[in-house]
Amino acid sequence: MDFFLQLFVNGISIGFLYGLSAMGFVMIFKSSSVLNFAHGELMAIGAFFFLTLVTWAKLPIVIAFLVTLLGSFALGFVVERLFLRPLIGESLIFVIMLTVGLAAMFKGLLLLGFGGNLHMYPDFLPENLAIHVGIIYVPPVYVASFVIGMVFLLLFGIFFKYSSQGIYMRSVADNQTASLSLGVHVRRVFALSWAIAALVAGMSGIVLGIINGINVHEISAIGLKVFPVVILGGLDSIGGAIIGGLIIGLLETFTGGYISTSLRDVVPYGVLVFILLVKPYGLFGLVEIERV
Amino acid sequence: MRKLRFHPCGNYKERYEEELSIFETDFGRLWLWIGLLFLFIAVPLICGPYTLYVCNIIGITAIAAIGLNILIGFTGQISLGHGAFFGVGAYAGAILATSVGFPFWLAVPAAGLITAMVGMVFGIPSGRLKGLYLTIATLAGQFIIEYILVHWESLTRGTMGITLPTATIFGMELSGDRSFFYVIYICLVGMTLIAVNLVRTKYGRAFIAIRDNDRAAEGMGIPIFRYKLLSFGISSFYAGVAGAIWAFYMISITTEPFTLGLSVEYIAMVIIGGLGSVAGAIYGAIFITGLNEVLRWATDIFMNMGISTGIGLNVAALREFVFGLAIVLFILFEPKGLAEVWRIIRSNFRLWPFSY
Repeated sequence: MDFFLQLFVNGISIGFLYGLSAMGFVMIFKSSSVLNFAHGELMAIGAFFFLTLVTWAKLPIVIAFLVTLLGSFALGFVVERLFLRPLIGESLIFVIMLTVGLAAMFKGLLLLGFGGNLHMYPDFLPENLAIHVGIIYVPPVYVASFVIGMVFLLLFGIFFKYSSQGIYMRSVADNQTASLSLGVHVRRVFALSWAIAALVAGMSGIVLGIINGINVHEISAIGLKVFPVVILGGLDSIGGAIIGGLIIGLLETFTGGYISTSLRDVVPYGVLVFILLVKPYGLFGLVEIERV
Repeated sequence: MRKLRFHPCGNYKERYEEELSIFETDFGRLWLWIGLLFLFIAVPLICGPYTLYVCNIIGITAIAAIGLNILIGFTGQISLGHGAFFGVGAYAGAILATSVGFPFWLAVPAAGLITAMVGMVFGIPSGRLKGLYLTIATLAGQFIIEYILVHWESLTRGTMGITLPTATIFGMELSGDRSFFYVIYICLVGMTLIAVNLVRTKYGRAFIAIRDNDRAAEGMGIPIFRYKLLSFGISSFYAGVAGAIWAFYMISITTEPFTLGLSVEYIAMVIIGGLGSVAGAIYGAIFITGLNEVLRWATDIFMNMGISTGIGLNVAALREFVFGLAIVLFILFEPKGLAEVWRIIRSNFRLWPFSY
């Protein structure tokens, strides 16, 4: 029973991280229907940016965090402007391959700059953030990540619901042509959604770095694990991303705990194929109706 | 004997067969024969062992890249699992050669057939999915195959790898780069011939129809699921044959090279070479393999100069970066790839000096 509960708590914490990582991914897909293979690398860039700010520039944690978010925001903007904008209207494979190429580029740059070793942030979380309930122990990092994630979810909820830019973004996601004819600046919305997605990616990169340490290969592998998560939740549903993340996280920890540790990395992809075959648009995704 | 055909000054084609012909003029055919003669007689004689090795790798990757181009360029199904299929071919060849004792000439096509079957299994999602959903499904296929290769230890010996016996063909031992050069390039020429002609048959036309509009293709009576599966099968067959030859050439194989990175490399070849062009796949294979070798060479030089020790410059990182940059630049500036560049150069020559 205790083992089960501990696994459950671990699964929820990991799953929440996956959900956070998937959120930025969904945001890009929702507004511009671009499948972003470079998401893991965007996360890694955020994590390393934070690392340099904290260890090299010795900025206070909060300021470093804000600067990283700002930097990621700018990076997303630049990436959209330079690479994605010329491809609007091009066929799917070019857009996919462009993000794959970007991923390779970013990864190469990070490897050149920081090497493939594991880096650690200095310990800055207070130990009293941890939660003890009986035998179950939730380390402070998970609590912190949960709090950060919740705050961001809330902020985005408010942003999409009440701010004018958020409403523009939702309208573009719903129907590009209609919103264009109603005077929404669609290209600006694309740029903004990339910027916000990069910001979210940077944030989740930092959280991941706090928990596991920062390693380029690991973070980009987690970037790929976003795919099972978003397919499960539906490619265009932000709430679905969180729930998909939780399900995948639980599935992974339970397979790792009860069956075998080597199987845990491949189970999400098995589930992915199954879901695609049974319910191609995910649990909460919008069903596309095609007409000839 | 009929007259030699030159370039006509307009489009005077009267029959579909003329439209479908591979060579527009007889000079094209002539140049091809000259090129092939040069390839088979001069290249093995003048090249050193290292250059021959690079040529062989180019030949093997070109076979696999042609296969992927049939799937992506002609049928329009984006697959992120080609590297894994290449691995399946390599392992099928190795297992057939060691455990079953198949000779080289039988093991290679048999490995191709096994890979074709595996490819068709992983192509089943294409019945319900298309576009990016299918891409994600093949991504899952890549990870699942990788996992099976590493963990089905009774069959693949896991991370230990397999050592293959020396390949023999018609009683001759294939050892050294030169004898493999002939085998690889005869295979490449044969496979290219099949691919070029496949596109002109009913099957190739069906593939192209599915790529352009699958709904309309189905409306015209093409059973799209069957043809998509066939396309997955053919493309995996190419990957399997290439993988098996690679396994025999490398003598010992492990599960390490068949990662998502390899799949991406193959897609990069197809895009950089030119989507929907058999020759383009070969150009792409030459470009990417050449790029890999140049980068290795460049990093060696940096290493010797000693400036890298502090920076931590390594081959993998630089390769990764340049590789991504090449993909991005090609997509942004020449999305039709090297095949288009070559066509522009040729037509500039042909139309000179009145190239408008």
